Amino acid sequence: MTVKKTRLVVIGNGMAGIRTIEELLKMSPDEYEITVFGAELQPNYNRILLSPVLSGEMKFQDTILNDWSWYEDNHITLHVGKTVSKIDRFRCRVETEDGLVVPYDRLLIATGSNPIMLPVPGMTLPGVLAYRSIDDVEKMLIAAKTGKRAVVIGGGLLGLEAANGLSLQGMEVSVVHLCDWPMERQLDKVGGGMLKEALEKRGLKFYLARQTEAILGEDKVTGLRFKDGEEIEADLLVMAAGIRPNIQLAKSAGIHCERGIVVNDTMQTFDPKIYSVGECVQHRGQTYGLVAPLFEQAKVAANHLAQYGRMRYEGSSVSTKLKVTGIDLFSAGEFNAGIGDEELLLQDTARGVYKKLVLRDNKLRGAVMYGETMDGPWYFQLMRDGTDVSELREHLLFGQMHLGDSGLGGVSSVAAMPDNAEICGCNGVCKRTIVNAIIDKKLFTLEEVRAHTKASASCGSCTGLVEALLQNTLGGDYSAKSSKKAICACTEAAHQDVPRAIQNLKIKTMAELMQALAWKTPDGCHVCRPALNYYLMTAWPGVYQDDSRSRFINERVHANIQKDGTYSVIPRIWGGMTSPAELRSIAEIAERYQVPTVHITGGQRIGLYGVTKENLPKMWGELVEAGFVSGHAYGKSLRTVKTCVGLDWCRFGTQDSSGLGIKVEKMTWGSWTPHKFKIAVSGCPRNCAEATIKDFGIVCVDSGYEIHIGGNGGIKVRVTDFLCKVETEALVLEYCGAFMQLYREQAHYMERTAPWIERVGLAYVKQHIVEDAAGRADLYARFLESQRYSQDDPWKERAEGKDAHEYAALATIA
Amino acid sequence: MNWIQVGALEDIPRQGSRVVNTASGEIALFRSIDDQVFALNNRCPHKGGPLSQGIVHGRRVTCPLHSWVIDLETGSALAPDVGCAHRHEVRIAHGALFLEIKDHAI
Repeated sequence: MTVKKTRLVVIGNGMAGIRTIEELLKMSPDEYEITVFGAELQPNYNRILLSPVLSGEMKFQDTILNDWSWYEDNHITLHVGKTVSKIDRFRCRVETEDGLVVPYDRLLIATGSNPIMLPVPGMTLPGVLAYRSIDDVEKMLIAAKTGKRAVVIGGGLLGLEAANGLSLQGMEVSVVHLCDWPMERQLDKVGGGMLKEALEKRGLKFYLARQTEAILGEDKVTGLRFKDGEEIEADLLVMAAGIRPNIQLAKSAGIHCERGIVVNDTMQTFDPKIYSVGECVQHRGQTYGLVAPLFEQAKVAANHLAQYGRMRYEGSSVSTKLKVTGIDLFSAGEFNAGIGDEELLLQDTARGVYKKLVLRDNKLRGAVMYGETMDGPWYFQLMRDGTDVSELREHLLFGQMHLGDSGLGGVSSVAAMPDNAEICGCNGVCKRTIVNAIIDKKLFTLEEVRAHTKASASCGSCTGLVEALLQNTLGGDYSAKSSKKAICACTEAAHQDVPRAIQNLKIKTMAELMQALAWKTPDGCHVCRPALNYYLMTAWPGVYQDDSRSRFINERVHANIQKDGTYSVIPRIWGGMTSPAELRSIAEIAERYQVPTVHITGGQRIGLYGVTKENLPKMWGELVEAGFVSGHAYGKSLRTVKTCVGLDWCRFGTQDSSGLGIKVEKMTWGSWTPHKFKIAVSGCPRNCAEATIKDFGIVCVDSGYEIHIGGNGGIKVRVTDFLCKVETEALVLEYCGAFMQLYREQAHYMERTAPWIERVGLAYVKQHIVEDAAGRADLYARFLESQRYSQDDPWKERAEGKDAHEYAALATIA
Repeated sequence: MNWIQVGALEDIPRQGSRVVNTASGEIALFRSIDDQVFALNNRCPHKGGPLSQGIVHGRRVTCPLHSWVIDLETGSALAPDVGCAHRHEVRIAHGALFLEIKDHAI
């Protein structure tokens, strides 16, 4: 006997409806018998890419997201060219115009939107087209072959893209718009003016602040008359005055609609059997016309259809970009300053650059950019994270040049980069490879680009660039990741959810944690397990048992794996101070184990490379004998405290920098942190220990100690922010411990101090470390408490036999 | 029959791996959280990374070098990556582990 499956009917074969099915199939492939109705005679295609098809930069074939075979392979019944005319909610079935009746158990309405046609005479004349479907585009392409003059009504995003496309097809194009400047919903007057000028240079003609009275023509369109009486000629007239949610069908079935079909946070309509997603939906009073929110909705709807019943859609903030090659424009949020808001402006007419940022209560509320848009995703992120930007304010307008440019600083627009520019230095991926993958493999998200090209999959410093490429290639509808980003595919939980759950529910084991946060996999993956292990360890020092199976190999065996499978051994050299006796022991041990490479590291230590795993415990035993402990050069932990010789020898030295460095290292060594953590102490402002590119830097001055935080000398060079000045070594230790503890408790796993501080804002750190003395003392105390359990030398333990199975083969078969 | 006893189930930690050295190279034995045991060549099809050092999750292991994810049941890399780490037969009998060695005299 076959089990009768639940029947799901989907009305709408567009991006939102089909995305929901894709998400549903991922979670629950066999639950439903699925039927899809599509009014258009096409499989599911990428509507965002209509503009490149119109402009001739792409073929329609390239925009297909799921071809016919996809429906077959997934056993989906597809009816194209059929319009559903009735939803019979009483009998739970839908009926088409030609009499087909299909029953449902669950219904998904994804009818999208309709173009707004102006209520003026002549609207039905041949030659008047909307700009909505591939059908419209094909008609426009035919019209462009015979006709000469085109008029586009509507100077918004869609209208300008249509106008640009028709112009590239050789037509003379005029744009008619009600407002004083184009794209008034995305741009302010200045930005809109610059856009208009650039488009005029490309041959478009603008009729602004004009109202259309009638469309002229007898048997086909010949022109248009404005309210003021002026007439212009046209062989083709494109209506792009906006879209309206297509709610007719839902409304006629008695489903509650306002501007759109009203849904709750689970994408359910007022009829609990009926869900709705996409442009036809009204959620918390908002309707959306961009793809990113639709995809978020699709994910939520699928989650509930699959009976997981966990996710909620909480609305989206959206950003926009115009898909006109060569014009860089970005807009997000509330870009018109209200009462009490502040505006930051940058206008360089000669370079064609305009930026406006709107701030409220030290937070970014909106951004408009023209000419230079590379920082768009960054601003957007700051907006969604609600980051306090008061400390960034001075250079906020100039963008994030020190972050995310992967050594490509100076190139302000990914669009301007040559095709062979290397975007991802770690994996050697160039711009062309990424763009081709986005187009050929139809990628939409950063995660997909990572999986297919490996770009941004290693150190992640080029993430901003890859996001910019996605946005450039996909155009306006790409919106970076949603503000709440799941840790990995095992879960919907974001990093911030985990410590909260641990604290609120007093969870002390990984199994409980996975259960509480509804993990989808039995034991997580290589991404989430180390994170959970870290959060639990930080929350319950001395109580939680570290799970070595959830440690990356380097932390599990306390040595750094090398490309050939051997390991490096780097003993701790306190404050970079050593002695002939220590050096002699290292030399003898290196010789005894025939270490192929001995290297002085950047952290003032000695690295022994090429040690086989079997030899590690023995070698550590000898190092321990000689007085060394692990240098933790392999861990997301305190690495080194780099110092200069300071007052003892240097004629410029102001304090005992090496002595202080040793004290700091003795206090902090062995601590686990969200990512690696480096410290340096310089004896004077000449800063020979390079303290201003460390996570925590101390610069001695005559009157005390300057404390600097959040530096990074690695992938993305970032100079520290000055935190404060203190007068005694004891205070340096207290601030250092408190800062590390704040970072340990508040940062996401795998987040260095630099991006963490950029995310939460320097003001936040100052408030907790500098201004709140009692809070600082508490943090410091918690740090010292957790250190009680982390300063047993892991090398000594293993030399004495701990985890012996990690270092020995199970068997050898001759 | 070339089944060779290489140890006991208890010798491999749950979600862990141990290596058996053979004349034709290292074979990694993996133990999943539900006590299933799998055997693959200890070489990632990507750049030869030692799979035995990776994090074991579900029926998969992630290579420690460049995070390719390999299916323990088939040895194949997870899409979109392409490649295969050859798999070997392994059996558990009363807690003892037996590995089948092919093309190899005992």
